[in-house]
Amino acid sequence: MTAPIATSQTILVVGGGISGMTAALEAAECGRDVVLVERSPTLGGRTALLYRYFPKMCHPTCGLEINLRRLKANRRVRVLTMTEVAGITGRRGDYQATLKIRPRYVNETCTACGDCSAAVSAEIPNPYNYGLDKIKAAHLPHVMAYPQRYLLDPSIIGTADADQAKAACKVGAIDLEMQEETVQLAVGAVLWATGWRPYDAAKIQPYGYGRFPNVITSVEFERLADPSGPTGGKLLRPSDGKEAKNIAFIQCAGSRDENHLRHCSRICCMATLKQTQYVREALGDTAQSTVYYIDIRSIDRLEDFYQMVQRDATVKFVKSKVARIAQADNGDPILHGVDTEGYHRYATAHDLVVLAIGMEPESNAIALPQDVITDSSGFIEGSPDGGMCGAGSASSPLDVNRSVQSATGAALRAIKVIYQTASEEA
Amino acid sequence: MHALRTTGHQTIPAVAARYRNNFLKEVEAHVEDGEWVKMCMQCGVCAGSCPLGAHWEHPPQELFMMIRAGKRAEVLTSDAMWMCTSCYNCVVRCPRKLPITQIMHGIASYAQELGLAPEVQPTRDFSIQFWKNCTKTGRVNEMKLTVGLYFKDGLVAGIKQVMNMLPVALGLMKAGRLNPFELLRGHSPKDQKGIAAMLKRARAIEAQRAPVTH
Repeated sequence: MTAPIATSQTILVVGGGISGMTAALEAAECGRDVVLVERSPTLGGRTALLYRYFPKMCHPTCGLEINLRRLKANRRVRVLTMTEVAGITGRRGDYQATLKIRPRYVNETCTACGDCSAAVSAEIPNPYNYGLDKIKAAHLPHVMAYPQRYLLDPSIIGTADADQAKAACKVGAIDLEMQEETVQLAVGAVLWATGWRPYDAAKIQPYGYGRFPNVITSVEFERLADPSGPTGGKLLRPSDGKEAKNIAFIQCAGSRDENHLRHCSRICCMATLKQTQYVREALGDTAQSTVYYIDIRSIDRLEDFYQMVQRDATVKFVKSKVARIAQADNGDPILHGVDTEGYHRYATAHDLVVLAIGMEPESNAIALPQDVITDSSGFIEGSPDGGMCGAGSASSPLDVNRSVQSATGAALRAIKVIYQTASEEA
Repeated sequence: MHALRTTGHQTIPAVAARYRNNFLKEVEAHVEDGEWVKMCMQCGVCAGSCPLGAHWEHPPQELFMMIRAGKRAEVLTSDAMWMCTSCYNCVVRCPRKLPITQIMHGIASYAQELGLAPEVQPTRDFSIQFWKNCTKTGRVNEMKLTVGLYFKDGLVAGIKQVMNMLPVALGLMKAGRLNPFELLRGHSPKDQKGIAAMLKRARAIEAQRAPVTH
């Protein structure tokens, strides 16, 4: 491929989730040149893996579709998927970025017909369903994937599967000789929209995630509820495939805890309230949701949604942080604890437990440039000279709505940097 | 204007008094690690994690709330904090890292200091015996301590206990871990006078501390 042309007037946006797309588009629609890099094979990030949004319960595909249309209509954004930032040197207005582009083994002539996928037999754990099921090693990430282009997993390169995929492709889009590329880019400002990742639930030892199959995380529950998820939208529990009717939600799983994440992840209360409505949607009046909480933080207008759920007879609230989970012989998780309203000791069995897992900044797992300042939890504030800043949930635990607001604000800061650089050069 | 200026200590009506957190302030001033009590966010993990929790009158979470609610008599005469076995399960799990075990012992020893601790409480009995035993010479005399505990409920009960534990005692003697002659005199540390002087000084420092006011 040809290296993108970038100058000190270009804005580099790292991360192609809802925040990165928004920041890139806002800047581009103001007439700035943007390079948008994304590590995975598709844009959309974690937003594309949600079933519905709160509070309006609409589908993320809607918001993504609008952004993708804006993207296709704009010539100033250059999108690079399967690309990681290996390093950034320099200062405000004058950065040198090193990008590593992993081979996709499928070029831009791909028509997304799916013949390669049918020809391949190897399967890999599906990263877009948090590993809950398998996906063919030649695949399109998901229905909303952008670009709409297949890819071959590196694990099948050099095997007969890869040759079969190549033979099956009618348009000759498969190129097994693709190599990793390194690209140097000059940019004026950098926006870190690297987003978040669910905290490692296995570290919360008393909850038994990883030991008890019927203890799952809230992001996995999103996939269970989604018709394009591993169960076709049915709420089937992992241990025996039985339909889960009596579901417990544990709040602050990893958040507000000095032993895990010290911050409040902000989204989990609303995510759980939303997910109780998935249970109602699937099971009607026979649904039973129990929310175990310290306190419910549904801020601003989202309080209305909380009050709506409080009126729902299928949802029960227990003011208590669950102390530990045990497992019954039939696979039911049993929740042990003491409630704060009367100090009653309980041991309650449920079909399925959903941990409202906390948000950890994804950037905790990547090497940021030296001069990027982060807070005590690792969320990105930016560089002291203002040439780099965080956007969306990379900068603070935010829901989709507030991530978009944050990204728009960050875009303005980047535009300011470019504007000032341009006037200094003039 | 006049009315505003006279809003002093005396004019606060009785109904407002219970909002003044006097007992919390007392705990902060006199209980070891008491300043942590206000940090509790009432999540309940300590109560649910306590292996003896079901046998407590009030779990730690409830005790902290009672302190904040000013329930002085109920807290200090309670048997709850004496039930703590120092397993530290609550301390390692507390999301706010409160030193819960230490606070439990702090409240217990404060109640003992004030003479409010429950009369019949095995942990308290043991603590008193242990303290007397080890401060006498500066070393714990295990023979005297165990025998003292066995016979605390009378001669018959004591003999029964001794007979029950005899195989264990013989095993320990065989292994050289228990010396029956300790019952007669017992050994003492090299500098017994030094330890006595240290304890005397510690008591003097304690006596200088601000007296309890409430």
